[in-house]
Amino acid sequence: MSYTIEGETGLWEVVIGMEVHAQVISRAKLFSGAATDFGGDPNTQVSFVDAAFPGMLPVINRECVAQAIRTGLGLNAHINVVSRFDRKNYFYADLPAGYQISQYQHPIVGSGTIEIELADCSTKPIGVTRLHVEQDAGKSLHDQHPTKSYIDLNRAGVALMEIVSEPDLRSPEEAGAYLRKLRTILRYLGTCDGNMEEGSMRADVNVSVRKHGEPFRTRCEVKNVNSVRFVMQAIEAEARRQIQVWESGGIVEQETRLFDAGRGATRSMRTKEDAHDYRYFPDPDLLPLVLDEAWIEELKATLPELPDAKRRRFMEQYGLPAYDAGVLVAEQATAEFYETVAKGRDAKLAANWVMGDFFAALNRTGRTIETSPVSAASLGKLLDLMADGTINGRIAKEVFEAMVDTGDEPAIIVEKKGLRQVTDAGAIDEAVDKVLAANAEKVAQYKSGKERLFGFFVGQVMKAMAGKGNPALVNEALRRKLS
Amino acid sequence: MALDPATVRRIVTLARIRLEDAEVPRIQSELNGIIGWIEQLNEVDIDGVEPLTGAAQMALKMRDDAVTDGGYPDKVLSNAPERAGPFYAVPKVVE
Amino acid sequence: MSLTDLSLAAAREGLRRGDFTARELTEAHLTAIEALNPRLNAYVTVMADRALDQADAADAARSRGEDRPLLGLPLAIKDLFCTEGVRTTAASRILGPFVPPYESTVTANLLRDGAVFLGKANLDEFAMGSSNITSAFGPVENPWKRQGDPATVLVPGGSSGGSGAGVAARLALGATGTDTGGSIRQPASFCGIAGIKPTYGRCSRWGIVAFASSLDQAGPMARTVQDCAILLRSMAGHDPKDSTSIDRPVPDYEAACRRSVKGLRIGVPREYRAEGMPAEIERLWEQGLAWLRDAGAEIIEVSLPHTKYGLAAYYIVAPAEASSNLARYDGVRFGLRVEGEDLRDMYERTRAEGFGAEVRRRILIGTYVLSAGYYDAYYLRAQKVRALILRDFTEAFARVDALLTPTAPSAAFAQGEKMDDPVKMYLNDIFTVPASLAGVPGMSVPAGLDGDGLPLGLQVLGRPFDEETVFAVAAAIERAAGFEALPSLRAGA
Repeated sequence: MSYTIEGETGLWEVVIGMEVHAQVISRAKLFSGAATDFGGDPNTQVSFVDAAFPGMLPVINRECVAQAIRTGLGLNAHINVVSRFDRKNYFYADLPAGYQISQYQHPIVGSGTIEIELADCSTKPIGVTRLHVEQDAGKSLHDQHPTKSYIDLNRAGVALMEIVSEPDLRSPEEAGAYLRKLRTILRYLGTCDGNMEEGSMRADVNVSVRKHGEPFRTRCEVKNVNSVRFVMQAIEAEARRQIQVWESGGIVEQETRLFDAGRGATRSMRTKEDAHDYRYFPDPDLLPLVLDEAWIEELKATLPELPDAKRRRFMEQYGLPAYDAGVLVAEQATAEFYETVAKGRDAKLAANWVMGDFFAALNRTGRTIETSPVSAASLGKLLDLMADGTINGRIAKEVFEAMVDTGDEPAIIVEKKGLRQVTDAGAIDEAVDKVLAANAEKVAQYKSGKERLFGFFVGQVMKAMAGKGNPALVNEALRRKLS
Repeated sequence: MALDPATVRRIVTLARIRLEDAEVPRIQSELNGIIGWIEQLNEVDIDGVEPLTGAAQMALKMRDDAVTDGGYPDKVLSNAPERAGPFYAVPKVVE
Repeated sequence: MSLTDLSLAAAREGLRRGDFTARELTEAHLTAIEALNPRLNAYVTVMADRALDQADAADAARSRGEDRPLLGLPLAIKDLFCTEGVRTTAASRILGPFVPPYESTVTANLLRDGAVFLGKANLDEFAMGSSNITSAFGPVENPWKRQGDPATVLVPGGSSGGSGAGVAARLALGATGTDTGGSIRQPASFCGIAGIKPTYGRCSRWGIVAFASSLDQAGPMARTVQDCAILLRSMAGHDPKDSTSIDRPVPDYEAACRRSVKGLRIGVPREYRAEGMPAEIERLWEQGLAWLRDAGAEIIEVSLPHTKYGLAAYYIVAPAEASSNLARYDGVRFGLRVEGEDLRDMYERTRAEGFGAEVRRRILIGTYVLSAGYYDAYYLRAQKVRALILRDFTEAFARVDALLTPTAPSAAFAQGEKMDDPVKMYLNDIFTVPASLAGVPGMSVPAGLDGDGLPLGLQVLGRPFDEETVFAVAAAIERAAGFEALPSLRAGA
């Protein structure tokens, strides 16, 4: 069932395209040797080139080009061997040169595809129109002084990749899945950290609505939405607004809008009357960027296994369901963690532990996989203790909690706490006898046909044995004595 | 393609150069004189010619990804007409 | 003979021999500047104290046995080159009190080789002009006078007018210039000195206030071809900070000046016979060809069919790039600010008051030709014509080793002439612009006088990165011409 919004005149389909600005991971800026670190003191990461001083010239950072190529390859996209840098001319206080160096006519990466996964485990290919490299602008602070704006150029000149999708997305969910998938791919590639809060990934969303079977109607661009959740909310809010405009006989104007997360609505940006005449022309300070095919091949050869391939491999190699495989590959670190745990062990059990107790423990302790108190090797050893019968599943959970608390190895915890599983038939028989003797009434009920009580007896015996009884042996003893 | 007064206005706005209304006719006539002269290029047969963007005939050189610059806020701010501590200051921008 | 009359090469020898010190040489020039600059206005900033310090340092170095190519030689620096700690104006109000915290690559190269900087030379504002009348610091007076007419003030040409006049009047041994469409060659011709625009990419543009990035190129101006060769060798060289700077070894240009032109094929482009060009320029050109023929060169007629469209293409490309390059002068980070009601008003007032009329005009032309709907008709078309002009040169240079043309269609004209119509002024550059568009090297060498006793230059054009042949041909003309006329305004005169 495809996503639609019900208006007064019927069902409306939503058409969405995304323009994502992803900050390239590099030490230095796109055209200067100034640092890119986040959070530096104002104007400390600024060279004369970034501040557009007279006579300053750009020289491109090779790593930024490599990152764009890697990203293009990761999006199964065409790499343009010849691309070019253009100047986009406009005046703004945080745009020092009065132009942004960007790629307008000839981007470095052409069309590609991103496969998104939806809640029902289906997948959908979303077209990527292009990827180009450009400079970020500086930052204007408007809240420091009643009549002044303050300018910090630390970000000015940092490399961005603008990744433009086709208008293939049809619901807020698809848009969210697209963003998450793109972020996953960028993180796998190590080309962008995908941190939307710090602004290293920003989305502009193009939204329009139409009745089924219609051609596209006018779209609006919702600028700078800074989380996946807000993107989804913004799309819905903007789609509803447009439906209302159309249904009340109005016309949706093509414009740029901002999402107000507090009000859950979009609003028109103050229009810049000449915003649409950027006077693009090839930057005469730079020459065409001509890529060496051998370099592209070299970059291709060193790409990591990407999420789609890894997901398919997890399903084949470990026999995991699509959902589990999808969850485990969402972050490269998770996938690596999982593979360490699963290696030579019961892969499905490993998946359950990683996605269950392990994720829950991270959530609870506010840790990440990198700072986890339990290493993949330790979790693997815990699974080994279960496999060789040293502990049972229930005790394993207790051991795991202790591992989270102390960071100790599971074997040490088992020994320290005496949690080794009891398999001695005499001890089990003794515990069973005690439980049966103490619950004569229930034994009678059981024998008169209330067989549901079997579970009760198991529980009582395990309790009496402090959980350490071997479940199979306890069951066997109970059955024998109750028959 | 002669420029009309509205085009002159649009151009000075794009270029952010203040122009008094009284000056528009003079600028219009100057620009039209130059543009009219430039249009002799329409005589040239440019079919199939690739545009030449610059005189340099070589590959684009690239820098290594190393932090080699910046870290001198006082120098980048020393020529500022108006600064506020570590920032440049401009008339407030309303978005 | 006064120290200011020495050629750069002769001064270098004198310093090496110990005939005089760098301090004496520098003081002689500073005295001359003090006497003549108030009238000529060749310098907008005189760096007397710093120059003396540099001269003393040069003398100290020499006394330790050091020698460097330019050790102790005093030069003028066009005020388009950023000089660390010294006001740099581009002759514009908009740069206001700008003091660069960095040194341009070319001037840094000169300092590395021991040069002394006397001061910053006047120019047309942002190098936009052909007569040095657009400077915010006032016009420069050409030290040459028409015979029998000492009252009429002539222009020195432009945009490197202060460099040209200063070197001609002996206020410096040599100077840096920049050439975007003729800004070294045309003032050299007007001032009776030599000047070379090397191949685009030969000198780094880093630290030179940009006018039109794809055309701007630095070069030397001096009283002899050899002096230009000495200076260019120091100025040129690969700069990793400029993406358009070429990584090629810099040859010994001085040695090239001594090369024979015997057997060289010299092209005469028939399209350079401009309508209305004075007959004496035509004659001088013929004379130049005759000199070269006598020296053993072969003269070959060639065709550069798109020459006549060079200027129009240039007046699209250069203003387009300038409109973008000059967007950074916005009153925020450096230079002039004129307060306004809001940010936009501040921009508009700052740029209206900060830029002079010619700069504003070119920014507007450039903005127009790049604006939506006009790009293809103007800018793209101009770039295609530019490609055709390069093709003309490439084809010609398949047949000849160098080209000989007049440098300019006239001798120096009077201040106030050609002022009524911008296009008339632009026509000054008709012979120099094609080489700028193609990026090939071009040198003006003084070859004779017109009927008024004013100097006229001939232009030698060469293949890309073959400045050596250009120097060889220019030196041959210089030897044959025996140009010894002197401007009436000069140090010691």
